[in-house]
Amino acid sequence: MKKVIKNIIVLVVMVVALTSCDRSKRAPNLQYMPNMYEPVGYETYGDNPNYTPGMEERLPVDGTISRGSEFPYDYENTPEGYELAKTELKNPLTEIDAERAKSLYTIYCASCHGSKGDGQGTLATREKFLGIPAYKDREITDGSIYHVIMFGKNMMGSHASQLTEEERWQVVAYVQELKNN
Amino acid sequence: MYQTRKKQLFISMKSVKQHNLISRLTLSTIALLFLFTLNLSAQGDAKNGKKLFNSNCAACHKLDKDLVGPALGGITEKRENAWLKAWIKDNAAFQKVDADAKEAAAYSPTAMNAFPQFSDQDIDDILEYTKPQEPVITAGGPVQTFAAPVKQDNTLLYILGAIMVVMLLMLFNLYRTINELKGDAPKSRSFSEQANGVWEAFKRNKFLHFLMVIFFLLMTAYFAFGWMSQVGVDQGYQPIQPIEFSHKIHAGDNKIDCQYCHSAAKHSKSSGIPSANVCMNCHMNISEVADDTKIGNHGKDILDKEIQKLYDAVGWDPEAAGGGAYTGETKPIEWVRIHNLPDFAYFNHSQHVNVAGQKCQKCHGPVEEMDELYQYAPLTMDWCISCHRETEVDMTENGYYKKIHEQLAKKYGVEKVTVAEMGGMECGKCHY
Repeated sequence: MKKVIKNIIVLVVMVVALTSCDRSKRAPNLQYMPNMYEPVGYETYGDNPNYTPGMEERLPVDGTISRGSEFPYDYENTPEGYELAKTELKNPLTEIDAERAKSLYTIYCASCHGSKGDGQGTLATREKFLGIPAYKDREITDGSIYHVIMFGKNMMGSHASQLTEEERWQVVAYVQELKNN
Repeated sequence: MYQTRKKQLFISMKSVKQHNLISRLTLSTIALLFLFTLNLSAQGDAKNGKKLFNSNCAACHKLDKDLVGPALGGITEKRENAWLKAWIKDNAAFQKVDADAKEAAAYSPTAMNAFPQFSDQDIDDILEYTKPQEPVITAGGPVQTFAAPVKQDNTLLYILGAIMVVMLLMLFNLYRTINELKGDAPKSRSFSEQANGVWEAFKRNKFLHFLMVIFFLLMTAYFAFGWMSQVGVDQGYQPIQPIEFSHKIHAGDNKIDCQYCHSAAKHSKSSGIPSANVCMNCHMNISEVADDTKIGNHGKDILDKEIQKLYDAVGWDPEAAGGGAYTGETKPIEWVRIHNLPDFAYFNHSQHVNVAGQKCQKCHGPVEEMDELYQYAPLTMDWCISCHRETEVDMTENGYYKKIHEQLAKKYGVEKVTVAEMGGMECGKCHY
């Protein structure tokens, strides 16, 4: 009987020893030399105690023009600004990279507006986002498209943070192509 | 011409007079049929109306909630049909002739679009859809409340299992004791004697001792090396995030492109944790999940609160007039970083996404199937290098580097050049 108990204890200890090697997936693993792993500077999305709230990611100061900007945008985010942009603004790009414009449109617009610009994107057909117009039904110009990408309209939000100036104009060209064909 | 027409009319009048009864019957059946079809079409109309409403109006109007425009549920009780038709077709023109319309336009600074493409029937359909619907009572309704939560409790199962094991052990012991009492015991004793014999022989054999020591040393080295090489590797790391965000729902079910949110990946070293304004591009409108949405065993009741966490972070009040407004009180969402390279290793997303054209899934795994994100790849140097060795560089349509590509292919005597052959294994590429 004693032997049996001894055997059981040995077995339990072995099982515990083997399973305890399996570390938790919720905690990061041990590091050799954390000093070499952790950066000295503040990381893009890390904490920064010098700011309130203490995050490193900041918004640029109002009126900032990005480096290398060729087409700063001066129209205001108001219905009047929209009308003004709609009537006077033209696409300043001389070269349209059709392939890139299409891929940008597919990434940033097609989920709602549909790959053909008919307002039948995945989010619309799954009834997550409703009321998306077809480009053909709307009076839109280069300026109005750019203005809406920049500031959003109705339930569409601004996509300025996701696209650079030049990319926005590429998308404008592709939207016009979808509307006219 | 005129006369013949008159004649015909006369004839038909006459015939009506003659077949008075029959014509009355037919007339009434036609009237009945007409009523019936009207009724039918009224039901079908709401369906067509829903379709039209969803594709044309829903960007600014909801039935039960003010958005950019006012809530439209029960609008037919507030305004007359003709007024609504005039307003919808061209509200700007209507404002000039109608004082009420001018007042209605003051609701929002954003002017409503004109819809000249709608026919009267279309507008009637839409208005039919906006009429308050009677609650639909489904037969399964009350049953569901009875079939509600059956709590699964496993403790009892575990206790039962433990008891079973103990009883099996006791039985086994009993069996052995009985055998011993019967006199079968000598057999087992001879076995232990045999084992003893082997042990005595082993104790005397020096060569065997030597072999054993070598064996144990090798085993220790093997396990120690295995343990040490997983230090600093976080494959499978799956921390608990502050918001229960599901990549499966967003990238998988709704097919939103990875780069829609991680828009920095095409330009920068970092792939970009989307700032909350990107979330709000959709969630300004989507304030609750669909009824059947599930993440693990968390249903709508829990997940709606997760969207509320986003609203708290960006300071969005969905109840405010005009479909919600920003309050200006924001706080950061403290996501827990999963993929983390040590500071001494340089990695650039744009180089891999833009130049190489790699799919995100190559390194991040089937993200579109993950409700809860985890680290798919080991992110070790070995893993980086083996991919650089295998991956061939796409050299077509790149005139600028054409010459160097040809030279490299000649140098290595191959048709295609791998990343490693182009310098993808230089130490200084990643460590500097």
